[in-house]
Amino acid sequence: MKRFLSNPVLALAGLVLIVIAFMVLFGPLISQDPSKQNLMSRLQGPVWTEGGSWDHWLGTDRLGRDMGARLIVAMRMSIGVALIGTFIGAVAGTIIGFIAGHFEGLVDDVLMSIVDIQLSLPFILIALTLLAFFGNSLTLFIVLMGLYGWETYARLTRGLVMATKRQTYARAIVALGASPARLYLRHVLPNIASALIVQVTLTVPGIILLESSLSFLGMGIQTPLTSLGQILGDGREYLTTAWWISVFPGLIIFLMTLSISLIGDGLRDRLDPTLRARDA
Amino acid sequence: MSPTFILTKILRMALTLLAVVTFTFIALRLSYDPAQAMLGPDATQREMEQFRAKWHLDKSLIQQYVIYVRNLATGDFGISFRDGRPALDVIFERVPHTLQLGFVAYVFAILIGVPAGILAALKRGSLFDRLIMVFSVVGFALPNFFFGILMILVFSMMLQWLPSAGSSSWQHFIMPAAALSLTLAGILARFTRSSMLETLSKQYMRTAEAKGVSKMRRTVAHALPNAAIPVVTILGLMLGQLVAGTVVVETVFAWPGVGRLLISSVSGKDLAVVQALVLFIAFAMVLANFIVDMSYRLLDPRSRSKS
Repeated sequence: MKRFLSNPVLALAGLVLIVIAFMVLFGPLISQDPSKQNLMSRLQGPVWTEGGSWDHWLGTDRLGRDMGARLIVAMRMSIGVALIGTFIGAVAGTIIGFIAGHFEGLVDDVLMSIVDIQLSLPFILIALTLLAFFGNSLTLFIVLMGLYGWETYARLTRGLVMATKRQTYARAIVALGASPARLYLRHVLPNIASALIVQVTLTVPGIILLESSLSFLGMGIQTPLTSLGQILGDGREYLTTAWWISVFPGLIIFLMTLSISLIGDGLRDRLDPTLRARDA
Repeated sequence: MSPTFILTKILRMALTLLAVVTFTFIALRLSYDPAQAMLGPDATQREMEQFRAKWHLDKSLIQQYVIYVRNLATGDFGISFRDGRPALDVIFERVPHTLQLGFVAYVFAILIGVPAGILAALKRGSLFDRLIMVFSVVGFALPNFFFGILMILVFSMMLQWLPSAGSSSWQHFIMPAAALSLTLAGILARFTRSSMLETLSKQYMRTAEAKGVSKMRRTVAHALPNAAIPVVTILGLMLGQLVAGTVVVETVFAWPGVGRLLISSVSGKDLAVVQALVLFIAFAMVLANFIVDMSYRLLDPRSRSKS
């Protein structure tokens, strides 16, 4: 922790995430009503621009809704979807990895072929196809976010399980009569947890970017719900008159993905001693 | 490279494509009733049956699947219901635009990413090295659509230097290509750097130094060719990134390519075109990966003798 704080970049990234978490958790208590329209103050600029006021210090959108309040609602959605998606993908992928690593042989071949096939296509293509065929709904959208990245967890876990179960300590535990489930959950999982956590720091920004890309394109979160990408996409029509509608959500997405990636890099350097020596 | 190795690779390629075909078939059949969708809600029972008979929808799923695969194999990807032409024709007229943009972006990314990575590794720990690493992280974290919009704001609206939409002149290429190549250049710089660092720490580099080989010659003749090998694989993996980026960036800059076609077909529910596009892109990517895999093996004598 001390070393973590001594790196100013990491400390700043951590601070950004703490501020964002605070806004997501407590923002609605202090912000205005995000759905209150006021057509008298449409497309009003932020406080420091001409025509801006402290009533809406981040400006208003095309219906005169407060941008600050809207951004908080959108952040809750974007982050919520990203966390649920990461959770589904990580749990499913890890279990599939355990299964492939435990049984090996045919089961492993079939599962790893599925992994290869998913890796051979850009995920946004798979997502767009499913959205085209099945129509957009929040449920399908969250399932899609869960499908993102499971294959990397599966691969990672499979490799680590195969390597670990051949080690003497694992064989000793089995010889003492432990069931495979006990071996994996009590002994293997704690050993591979750090690698999985580093993977999470890669998946979360990936899903945030995927969700905001799809919502930006009008294929993701639909009104009346809102997300950062969706506000950004809506703001495209008002770039000449109201740049803030697109720029603020974009900045928040950028800050979030940047901070998580930086912390992920820091964690990886710490957890992987070979990297530390070679790439300090 | 033994013939059996190439054969396994080709078999694997075919298997992947078959999986994608099966995926689109299942998705198409599960998602809607074509008879209902084409004829509308007022269609009589008789009309529906005639339609189903005409398009083999009255047969078993297995038979339908065989017919579907056979049609694809003969180049019949269905009819776009928005403009009544074969889906493949609709796609092919868009392909050149996407290839042009993708090519420019790819070259941009290589010209920026590779030299930046090499220099960063040679000057490890310097300010330049740090800047390159910052650039690489920013390149990953900055969403390409947001970068595109920022460029439109600055260069099209404030400075009025560059056009924000269309593809008719070389000026039109600058912003979309920059938006597409930013992430790629970042990945490439980072990867080239670590590959170069690893090569520089090898024993043979120390041997060369001890023999009195000049630094220039050590770098160019010993380090670069060895560091290049893993970079080539990343170039292949980057194709997927490029395709994904195209979908978004073409929409931002109203570029008349395949990516924008995909988005408009998805929102217009033009399923024949969506399906044909997915198969087309999958085929292109699988083929590209195969070529990269082969050239990787040709480049690296070690993997040649092993396989």
